[in-house]
Formats: sequence, structure tokens, C-alpha cells
Amino acid sequence: MVEVEGEVIPRKRWGAWLGPVGQSIGPILLGLVAGGILLLLTGRNPLAFYGDILKRGLFSSSGVQDSITRMAPLLLMAAGLIVAFRANIWNIGGDGQFLLAAAIVSGFGPGLVAVLPAGLGLVVLCLLAALVGALWTIIPALLKAVYGMNEVITSLMMTFVGVNLANLLIKGPFRSQKTSVPQTDVIPHDKLLPYLPGTRIHVGILFALVAVGAVYYVMTRTSFGLRLSVLGANPRAAVHVGIDVRRLTVVAFMISGAFIGLAAGVEILGVWGYVRADWNPNFGLTLFALVFLARLNALATIPLVGFYAIISMGGHYAARRAGLPDDFMLMVVGLILLFMTLTEYVAARRERRATRLVAGPKAALRPGGAHE
Amino acid sequence: MSNLLTSTFLAALISGGILAGMPLLLAGLGEMVSERAGVLNIGLEGMMLMGGYAGFVVALYSHSHWLGLFGGLLAGLVASTVMVIFCVRLGLDQIVVGIALLVTAEGITSVLQRAQFGTTYPRLDSMAALKIPVLSGIPALGESLFNQPLVVYVGLALVAVAHWVLRSTSMGLHLRAAGEKPQALDAAGVSVTATRSVALLVTGSLGGLGGAYMSIVGAGIFVPFMTHGAGFIGIVIAMLSRGRAVWVLIGAFLFGMSVSLSTALQLVGVNVPQDVVNMLPFVAVLVALVIFAREAYLPAALGSPYVRGSR
Amino acid sequence: MVEMTRPVAGRSGATRDLSAPVVEIRGICKAFPGVVANDDVSLAVFGGEVHCLLGENGAGKSTLMNILSGMYQPDAGSIMVDGQEVRIGSPRDALDLGIGTVYQHTTLIPVFTVLENLLLGQGRGLSMDQKGALAGLKKVAADLGVDVDPHVQAGRLALGQQQQVEIIKALWGGSRVLILDEPTSMLTPQGIVELERVLLQLKERGLAIIFITHKLHEALDVGDRVTVLRQGRVVGTLEPDTVHATPRPELQERIVGMMFGEEAAALAGVAEVRGQVTGRRARREISPEAVLELRGVSVEPQRGEVGIHDVSLIVRRGEILGVAGVDGNGQRELAEAIAGQRAIHRGDILLGGTSIRHASISARQRQGLRYVTDDRLGEGTVSSLSVAVNLVLKRIGDGPFWRRGLVREDAINECALGLVEGFDIKTPSVQTRCGTLSGGNIQKLLLARELSFEPKIVVYNKPTHGLDVKTTHVVRDRIRELAEKEYVSALLISTDLEELLDLCDRIAVLFRGRLTGVVENRVGAEWEVGRLMVGGESR
Repeated sequence: MVEVEGEVIPRKRWGAWLGPVGQSIGPILLGLVAGGILLLLTGRNPLAFYGDILKRGLFSSSGVQDSITRMAPLLLMAAGLIVAFRANIWNIGGDGQFLLAAAIVSGFGPGLVAVLPAGLGLVVLCLLAALVGALWTIIPALLKAVYGMNEVITSLMMTFVGVNLANLLIKGPFRSQKTSVPQTDVIPHDKLLPYLPGTRIHVGILFALVAVGAVYYVMTRTSFGLRLSVLGANPRAAVHVGIDVRRLTVVAFMISGAFIGLAAGVEILGVWGYVRADWNPNFGLTLFALVFLARLNALATIPLVGFYAIISMGGHYAARRAGLPDDFMLMVVGLILLFMTLTEYVAARRERRATRLVAGPKAALRPGGAHE
Repeated sequence: MSNLLTSTFLAALISGGILAGMPLLLAGLGEMVSERAGVLNIGLEGMMLMGGYAGFVVALYSHSHWLGLFGGLLAGLVASTVMVIFCVRLGLDQIVVGIALLVTAEGITSVLQRAQFGTTYPRLDSMAALKIPVLSGIPALGESLFNQPLVVYVGLALVAVAHWVLRSTSMGLHLRAAGEKPQALDAAGVSVTATRSVALLVTGSLGGLGGAYMSIVGAGIFVPFMTHGAGFIGIVIAMLSRGRAVWVLIGAFLFGMSVSLSTALQLVGVNVPQDVVNMLPFVAVLVALVIFAREAYLPAALGSPYVRGSR
Repeated sequence: MVEMTRPVAGRSGATRDLSAPVVEIRGICKAFPGVVANDDVSLAVFGGEVHCLLGENGAGKSTLMNILSGMYQPDAGSIMVDGQEVRIGSPRDALDLGIGTVYQHTTLIPVFTVLENLLLGQGRGLSMDQKGALAGLKKVAADLGVDVDPHVQAGRLALGQQQQVEIIKALWGGSRVLILDEPTSMLTPQGIVELERVLLQLKERGLAIIFITHKLHEALDVGDRVTVLRQGRVVGTLEPDTVHATPRPELQERIVGMMFGEEAAALAGVAEVRGQVTGRRARREISPEAVLELRGVSVEPQRGEVGIHDVSLIVRRGEILGVAGVDGNGQRELAEAIAGQRAIHRGDILLGGTSIRHASISARQRQGLRYVTDDRLGEGTVSSLSVAVNLVLKRIGDGPFWRRGLVREDAINECALGLVEGFDIKTPSVQTRCGTLSGGNIQKLLLARELSFEPKIVVYNKPTHGLDVKTTHVVRDRIRELAEKEYVSALLISTDLEELLDLCDRIAVLFRGRLTGVVENRVGAEWEVGRLMVGGESR
């Protein structure tokens, strides 16, 4: 028992070092190192690879602007995931909601911006995107709310259907007559979301930052946010205290889908102006990892999403130069997520040990308490 | 539409159903085992991809389909040890770890495939079929049902084995107890950790085997992301089977047939877009879930890690 | 498999030397985060004897039992079995040493048959000896004089029978030591008599029995040797000679002194300290005005429950109506149906004469219908949120704590400070995470939440379950005062008959989800209630 006394001090120092920030950076570094080892194994130079990422994603003017542009849809999706995850709703079907919204915005976009005044057209399209995203969550939401069915499975099923349905639309009713590759008509460049003055970053990033801030505010300051947190932390308590759990589940699920749909709208209206068939940036599961790294704190997603935007923009370039698929970054994200669960575990253990009392005569005065 | 019930159509539907249903059967059986033991293995799809890639590579270089299938099984087993360590031993969140595993497996198989083969997709010979005499002579159905690679019959035998183990052996009893009330199993002196670990290893092996079947027997090539949700359909089949092996069999072939429906339809001159075909099994799953929502039975302790002494 | 058919008394059977302890523990220490549960505990357990471990909730009894059964590892100290030092690293080790345990919370798997439950842990791998197990079950059951159908699902058995199966399970491999953790908490008075008979049988076979309880009279009824634990430490052991020779009142005095130390004098008037009911309430006039009325209410059972069927009752203004019954006879279903947490599929519920059948949970709450749940951690509180937020958890979005959906922390904190003081909740601050409070303080928090903002009728579900004597006393006083001085009615659901006799005006009895009768709380009511608890007809 004596040695415990001595051990307390280094433990505390570790604890301070391994604060929330360390707990996010640690897994990221471990994931990058593991990715580097795989690069070595496939005969690539990891330093050159990661150097390429930084060069393209961060250390060039156009690269930084691309990365910031990329942050817009990612932040909106993160906001959507946080709303759901806070309520312990596993909306894993983000990709389906995203692609379907993207297809519909691109399909109706060229026609709508042609007939509506510029600003109004964009607003209508964004609302349409949010609506499509929200509607695509209804089946999993209802199955969960009414029957308690696991939404991981149902929202994934909806994703597979959504992705294929999006392709079907792009190849069918929305198909452009002007191209040989199946894609939608292109919204004219001057009708897209405007750039911030002096940059090539579209204003969507502002929407995204506002959305993230709003989610943070709602989660911490409003009764709606508290209801979501209660539902997420203890669903039975939510029932007990009189929260309408069914309604809240459906509402939270739909808000989540709406943000994800909006993300698609902003990406299409800010960057592309059209969708090509079989396009799938696979944002959903990647963001899953980032949002967890941020511990479901909306503001904390901003630096993490920034980081991911850099490695995904730079990674595309680096992977092409190294003759590897973009999916390399997917693997790194998966590894980061794995390492994150591990660092969480280590941190939780440390905390538990640190508060553990020493048994023995010295402790005789302490009450028996809860742990009989 | 009158020729929908012709023998060509039926034969195509059934043999296609078997081809597409086998991986679902293997994955579903595996998932059922781990669900019964209380672990929701969301990473199943990742294990299938690992098995599919490793199995394909082994088969390609060893020129043996069987070694390939075994390699796939081993790869699935290795992938599932991650889940064993993270979820069973350390008690970490099964959904987060499962998704991490899936994403990692998707990335790693895609990277390895490109690193090894560039943009070419080498093809394996098709696996020799085992023709069962007499039975395969049955008009229309015989050829599709009883003229299949040996591994198909192995898969069918596994259904019987799983049924017997779960029902009539101590191991099966312990597995079910680990899913219903792990503290009861612990109090009876059986390690919950060990029981759940074994279950997950079985899941990983069967998932890996299912993936290897897809690449080696089904397609003959490996393409990144080729499982295309089969692992998740396997999970749904396991959930709807209410823990019974026979229902996994029935479910797998029903979904398998929905996959092969388009090929069969094309044979009789009805053309369906590929995207509709890809969508069909998932729509079928959703319809099944909506209709049978009340029926899906899950063990009481599914998804919750067991820590001795906490209630 | 030979193990199974071995006689109950186990390896060395009756030939064992009864003067040497079967199990001896020395200097056991065990700490949990924030609490020392066992502090230098030593005791010896002998064959052919019932050794009672007596102590309040939180005294460390269950921790000690969990150490002996291999669930916990001690931080220090040693355990000797038959004079040999042993390490009990897992429940398997304990079973191999012949230590069988009947846990307070059942370890039977409800969807398994009795036989399957008994087969758990018996075979390995692919083997399963059903025939041998059947024969073994028959033999053990006959030895104990009990009758169990091996093929019925365990969840369908009555709780008394489930406990018998648990005992059979604990004795299965040939036990030498049987540990029973609060075994009477689920039993009727009649069931307790049955249990005592079984214990006598086992004692005669030379088994060492450890009987854990917090009830003094129970310890005196069954114990040959009594060890008193207090705040994790042994405060004394009464040897069999003393226990059997000392007159009971004197023995009680001594044990009360040991259990409560210097507080004993302060608690002198508390009935439950004496192990007898003395504080029966005086009769008083109750107004005929019905506050709550149930008319033929039925609730569909969920998994593992009995549901409730055609329950009708009336609670009048200022009345305390008790609901007695063995746990699991529909108490929770009844409470949740009234609170609105469960849909009723037949019948009607009236609050102050108006139907609330379709009213939401929060509407009922606002109309003054309150529910103090028995599941304090599972649904009563959110452990990751602060004490202050938990205190207003049923008023999320309401003024003055929220205005147009925006939180007003000052209002919440002010209210919380008042409640913490008024209900004597011991917490470092109102911002402390609720999960760090002790069970007693969490219960006070629940009371504070439910009894504030003008309650009309409060449904209490096992309000003192698991609390120490002092808090129990406080809670009961609060219930009584509220009813007598402020005319707040109470529906008091309890499995503790003494509590009901102490507090209630009338006592209704639930059996298998049906109301078998309502008894006026007069002298002798306990016998009538006891009879109704096992399904007897109302007279």
C-alpha cells in the first residue's frame, strides 16, 4: 500500500498532459504513424507522402482556400451528427442523405436558378436540400421511436438505397443531354454561391460556422438541448421525467438529416454546380470519427474538421502522386478512431485509479457509502 | 411476363440466389453467434472485406481455391481479434469500434489492392462444381441446386452445426447465457470474456469466409468495397432470425434471390437498371424490418460490455 | 459429472471436525473509488452453523460476500479454507472450493428452463449431460424437501421457488459453504418460514452457512453466530454460546449498540433499529374526498413481468394507502401506469375526479401527481448532470427556470440551493455531478424534486429500499408529516411490511398483478396482509 503514495504524483502529471486536447492529438498521431508504416510496407516514402499533403493542403494559397472550402460541408454534417449523437441516436446513414440531397439539388438547380431571382433560387435550393436530408431519416427515425429498432442498421440500409436512388435519378430524369458521361445539367457559375471578397472560398463556410455555433448554443443553453442530453445520457430517465421521447427522437433524427442535406446543398451550390453519377465523397463515416474526437462538442469540431479538410485535400494529391487510392485517408481515419477508443480507455482508467482510496487503518474514519 | 415462370428464369433465380446468398448465409450465421453471446458486431462488413482480399490474394498465388478460402477465414479471424480485445476485454463501445474497424478495413484493402495490382484486376478460374448424382438430374431445379462448388455444401452443413451447438451443447448454453445475463454465467464459474471472445472469433472467421467466397467463388476478382453492404444485410438477417440458424438460411437465400432477380429477369428479356438491382436487397431488408419490426428478438444484454461486480 | 450426484454436504461430509473453521478470513481490505468498503475484516465460519453478517446498508457486507464468491479481489488480507490459504480469483475458484452463493439479485436467466439454469457452468465444450443433471436435481430437491419442475422457464416461477432453485444451484457441485445475501428480501412471511426450514436441514448436514442481513430480528431468528459490521469494519462477533444463552432483549440492546455506536442513543426511538414495530400511527379521521381513483385498470405485461389486471382503488385526501406484495407482483407496472409511463389498455385513472388516462407524464406531474421511482439511478436521475439540473429535471422548459426555451441558471441554482438545504442533501455544491452522491442523498434529491411545487398525491415506490437506518427514518417522517399536516395523499408501494404497518391508513395487497384485498391498518393487520400476499381470498 505504501507505494501508492509515490505513484500519485507522476499520474497527476500525466493526467494534465493527457487533457482533452492531448486525447485528440494522441490518436491522430498514432493513426498517422500507423499509416506511415503501411506506406513503408508498400514501398512509399511516408515523409514524402505526408509532406505532399501539407504542401498541397496547407502551404499553398490555393490549397488553403480549397481546404477551407472543403470545411463547409464537413462542418454542416458534423453539426448534424452532433445533434443526433448527443441524443444517442446513431445516424450512420449520412452518405445516403447527402447524396440524395445533392442529386435533387443538382437536378432541379439549373431550372430553378433560371426562373427565380438569384438569391431566392439559392435559398429555395438549400431548403430543398435540407428537406430531402430530413425526409430520408424518417423511416429509421420512426422504426426507432416506435419499435426501438436499432437505427445503426436501418439508417445504413437507407444509405444504400439513397446512394443508388441518387444514381438512378442522375442517370434517368436528371440526366444532362449535353454530356456523354451521365451527370446532371450544370448550374451556371455566376449563379452559384458567391465567393468571399478576394478569395475563391464560397460563403457556405460562413453558413457552416454559424450552424456549428448555433448547435453549440442550443446544446448548452436551451431546454431543447437539455432534453436531447437527457435522452442521450439516460433514455429511461427521459421517459420518467416526462420528455416525449418518441417525438424528440424523430425531431432530432430529422434535424440531423436536414443539416446533412444542407451540407450537400452547400457543396453543390458552392463548388460543383452539378453531380456526376457514382460520385460519393464518403464523408459520413469519416465525420463519425471526427465528431467523436471532438467529444460531441460542436466548437471542438472546427479545428478537427480543419485538420481533416487539409489531409483530405492534400491527401488526394499525395495519393495520386504515390499511385495509391484516396481510400488511404479513409484507413487513416479508421485507425485514428480505433486509437481514440483506446486513449479514452486509458484516460478513464487513470482517472479511476487516481481517485481510489487507500484501504487500511488510515481510512477508518471514512464512511462506508455507496459501495457495500 | 408470361415467361416469368419458365425453367430458365427459375434456374437463374435459384442458382443466382445461392451464389449471392452464400456470403450472406456465412456472415449472418457468424453474426447470429456473436449476437447470441451479447456482442453486436457492426464491423462484420470490414471483416468480410479483409477475408475477401486476403482470400483472393492467397488463392491467386497458391492457385488453390481452398487455400484461398482458408486464408480468408484466417483474415476474418485476425480482424475479429481487434474487436475481441477492444470490446470484450476492454469493454469499449461496440458501435464505435465496429465502425472504426469497417472504415479501416475498407481503406486498407483498397490501398493494398492498388499497391499490389495497380489498376489491373486479375481473375481467378472458377471453382469446380460438385455435381450430386441423381438429384442434379431433377428437371429445372436440379442443375441449380445440386451442381454447386463443394464449399456451398460446407456452408449448408454449417447451418446444421450451428443449430446443434447452440441447442444441445454446453458451449451453446454458455453462449446464450452470455447474451441474456452475463452475470449469471459469471456466477456459474464460466468466463464471460472467454465465451464472448470465442463467439466473436467464430463471427470473424465466418465473415472472412463469406468475404472470401464473394471474391473467389462469386466474382473471381477482388474489387475494393466489393462487399457492398453484404455484411450489414447479414446483421439484419441475424436479427430477424431470432437466433435460429434455420431462419438465417432462409433469410440469406431470400435476399440472395432478390439480388439475382435482375440477372434472371434479363434472361427472360426484362431489362432493369443496375442501380435498381443494387438497391433491391436493401429495400427488401427495410420492408422486412418494417413488417417484422416487432418480431426481431435480441438478447437482453446485447451491446453492453460486461464488467464483473457492476450491476 | 459425478460431482452432481454427490450428497449435499459435500466432500468430507459429516465426518468433518466441526471445531475448526471451514472458512477463515483475515485482515481483508477492499477499497472502491471514494470509499473503503472493507477495512481489516476478519472472521471465521464453522460447519453446521449459521453465521449471520449483520450491518446497515453500506456496512460492507455484500463486498465481503463478493470477495468470498470470487467476484471481487481484496486489496489486502488472506482467506483460508480448511486451514489452507487460498486465492479466490474468480467465481470458478469459489465453486471449486465448495463455496456456493445465492446472490441478492437473482442470477437465474428468465428465458432458460430450470434445468438449463442448473446446467450453466457444468459441462465444457460440446458435452452436455442433461440426464445426469435431471437425476442430480431430483436428488438435491428431495434432500431439501422442495419440488421443482425442471422444464419450466425460470422466469415463470414464483420468487420463492426461484430462490429455491438458486439454493439448489449453489449446492449443485457439492457445497461446503453456502452464502445467502439478503435472502428474505423477496419472500413472504410464509416463504421465510420455508427458508428457515431448508437452512435447518442444511445445517444438520454440516454445511457452513453465511447469512447476510440488515434486519436485526432476522439475524437473531436464524443465526448461531452473529458478526456485526459497521462502516466496513467488524465491530464485534457474538459466539454461539452467547447468542443461545443470552435473553433476547439484552442481546438486542448489545447488537444495537454495536451496529450504531454512539448514534444508538439518538436512534433509540426508531422502530426499525429495535427490529420491531412500535410506532404504529394513531387512527385519525380521513376526509372522504377521493384524490386518485383507479377503475379496473389493466396493463399488458412486458418481458418478465406479470402486468396488472383489473385493479380498482381509491386514495383519499391526506390518506396513506399502502400497497403490499412480494416484489415482482405488479408494483412497478402499477406505479408506472399511474405516473403515465405506461399505457393502460383497459380501465381509467381519475385525478381529482377527472380522467387522466390520456394525459402525458408531464401533464400529470403539473397537476400534482408525483412519482418517486424505486430505480433511483436507472431512471430517477441522470448521473452525468449536476445536482441542480437533476432537481429541475421534471420541469425542463418551464418558468422560472427557462424563459422562451433559454436556460436561466440563476433561477435553477437558487431553487436547488433551497431544496438542498430543505431536504438536507449532502453534496459539495449544487454543481456536483449527481452520480457522485450516495444512495441516501440521491433518494433525498428525488424526494425534494417530487415533493416541491405543490404535490397532491405522491406515488412512492419502495422509498426506503437500500437506505441506512437514519435516512430511512427521515424519509418515513417526511411521508407521514406531508400526509398529516399538508394533506398530501400517498400511495406507498413497499415490500417491507413493517414500513407499511408503520405508516399506512389502509393497505392494499397485490398478488400476480391483481388486487387481492384492502385491509384497514388495525392491530393484527399483518396476518391478513400476509395471507393476501400469497393469493388468499379477501375475507
